[in-house]
Amino acid sequence: MRARFVALTAASFMLLPASAMASAIEGQTQRQPTNWVAIAMFVAFVGLTLFITKAAAARTRTASDFYTAGGGISGFQNGLAMAGDYMSAASFLGISAQIFNDGYDGLIYSTGFLVGWPILLFLMAERLRNLGRFTFADVASYRFAQPPVRSFAAVSTLLVVSFYLIAQMVGAGQLIKLLFGLPYAVAVVIVGGLMMLYVLFGGMRATTWVQIIKAVLLLGGATFMALMVLAQMGFSLEALFVRAVEVKTQAALAGGATAAEAAERGRSIMAPGNFIKDPVSAISFGLALMLGTAGLPHILMRFFTVPDAKEARKSVLWATGWIGYFYILTFIIGFGAIVLVGTQPTYLDDAGTLRGGGNMAAIHLAHAIGGNAFLGFISAVAFATILAVVAGLTLSAASAVSHDLYATVLKHGNASSADELRVSRLTTLALGALAVLLGLLFEKQNVAFMVSLAFALAASGNFPVLILSLLWSGCTTRGAAWGGTIGLLTAFVLTLLSPAVWTNTFNMGPAIFPYSSAAIFSVPAGFIAIWLISLLDRSPRAAIDKEGYPAQRVRAETGIGAFAASDH
Amino acid sequence: MTDDRNEALAAAVAADPRYVALVTQRARLGWRLSAVIFFAFVGYLLLIAFDKDLLGTPIGGGVTSWGIPIGLGLILLAIALTGAYVAFANRYHDAQMAALLKDHGA
Repeated sequence: MRARFVALTAASFMLLPASAMASAIEGQTQRQPTNWVAIAMFVAFVGLTLFITKAAAARTRTASDFYTAGGGISGFQNGLAMAGDYMSAASFLGISAQIFNDGYDGLIYSTGFLVGWPILLFLMAERLRNLGRFTFADVASYRFAQPPVRSFAAVSTLLVVSFYLIAQMVGAGQLIKLLFGLPYAVAVVIVGGLMMLYVLFGGMRATTWVQIIKAVLLLGGATFMALMVLAQMGFSLEALFVRAVEVKTQAALAGGATAAEAAERGRSIMAPGNFIKDPVSAISFGLALMLGTAGLPHILMRFFTVPDAKEARKSVLWATGWIGYFYILTFIIGFGAIVLVGTQPTYLDDAGTLRGGGNMAAIHLAHAIGGNAFLGFISAVAFATILAVVAGLTLSAASAVSHDLYATVLKHGNASSADELRVSRLTTLALGALAVLLGLLFEKQNVAFMVSLAFALAASGNFPVLILSLLWSGCTTRGAAWGGTIGLLTAFVLTLLSPAVWTNTFNMGPAIFPYSSAAIFSVPAGFIAIWLISLLDRSPRAAIDKEGYPAQRVRAETGIGAFAASDH
Repeated sequence: MTDDRNEALAAAVAADPRYVALVTQRARLGWRLSAVIFFAFVGYLLLIAFDKDLLGTPIGGGVTSWGIPIGLGLILLAIALTGAYVAFANRYHDAQMAALLKDHGA
């Protein structure tokens, strides 16, 4: 049972919720023989990024450099970096593996992870850039009393980032054990250590470039794989699907199914399968992905790295384009794996499942297409992917502590840039150590629910607070701080009571909350709580909050008075 | 620019009917496009929840099912709507806003 849990953890490690992934991921995470090509390519990547970090360190002198790279990143660069921040190794390995197993269902995830981006653009992008400086709390607390709203935002950021980070660290350890043949603990320490170096010395500038390089490598590698798959099918998707259905039908026949059953099973990969069981869970999960994307602190933070609203919008267009393109590639790669990997005995063990575990579909496909060298390349890219994501997460948590809690709440905005920078770096050190520790602690736990929890928290706390503080003049300090907290708590408690955690993780029996995602209840809870508390708020502060709205609105819409890029 | 000048400028701009019209226009577009992508996605999920077979129906006599163009279409729709909004906001809206701010001496 324990081994099975480890397998599940490793396989569904990042973005995918446990319940839905459970069917997709089977098999063990065996340690692979040490892959020297992969290690050499990874060392080259690390060398390059450390060189960039060194260059960035020389230009990271102020808090503004550290948080936003001085605000001088272009929309195109920032779009790539956002994509690099968002496309995790799980999207690549997890979704392609899910398609390898069940076919169509993988596409449902992909759409869910993409549709939050347009909403982020339409409702928030330019307003975020015009009002904010370093963190999304700058925007959320713009016209409010600082300590309560900042404290809420910082706590929310730390929660979202922690759950996301634990899932990434555990996933990283398992994946690297799998791909490189390194022991789990060594892998976790390497990831934690490198991430600390990037953030500590290079701040946002180094993090941005790590994310850009990773995005280019991942998109390039995935493009090559998809093209090679399509080339073998005469560049016809129909031909690819025909072959995939054949392969699945043959496999079912070999497994002892009757001809009719086998044909049915073959066809099933072209239709939605078990992913959506009941409509409430489906909508709820969709809401969490869609609105959570627009409330992720490490994504929101990237809006402050560009010079103005125009570039902020361009960033989202590029990010949406790259991420959408990536999901289409993943879809082709998954079906390609059915045809090219599922038919090769060398990639399967005696039971007919993938060698190395369920997540290996794309990795084996890399080998089938480009031999050992390309396998090494894709493994190194997967490692780089994890590094880029954890660096972004750590930077945003460090900013919440130093900018929101230390400089604004504790020092009432009177901290010097140098002090703020010092606190950021201390926090980065502490977070790096904590991430490694948690990674080691949770090695044998099923952490797959943590990413869906992070999305649900962001959708239920950050998203309602941002939307109502930006768009509703009646929102008050009390409403934002307490209402947001209620949204967060609702999401947190309901997730703990849901099947993925209550039943599958804690083994406490049938779940008290029957649905797979809390969002359908917790997002409205957040909105209604903010609305109601603001409405009932008769404090003197509430009057100031409401009076501040017109000024906030003009600045949000026009950018008059917005923080400009600082150059050196 | 000093804070006082910014404040005076912001007040003047806020009172300008052209500003109000511009801001309303963009906000309306933002909400409409949000509604399009929101309901397209929720509709897709409901379709899957209530009629799995429909998406599994082959197109014509082939193997490719209707679910493929619909799912991939949703991805392309997200990219297309983002592109449309950015084209409108960055070309038309920003130019109008810049002209308006210039009239107020920004």
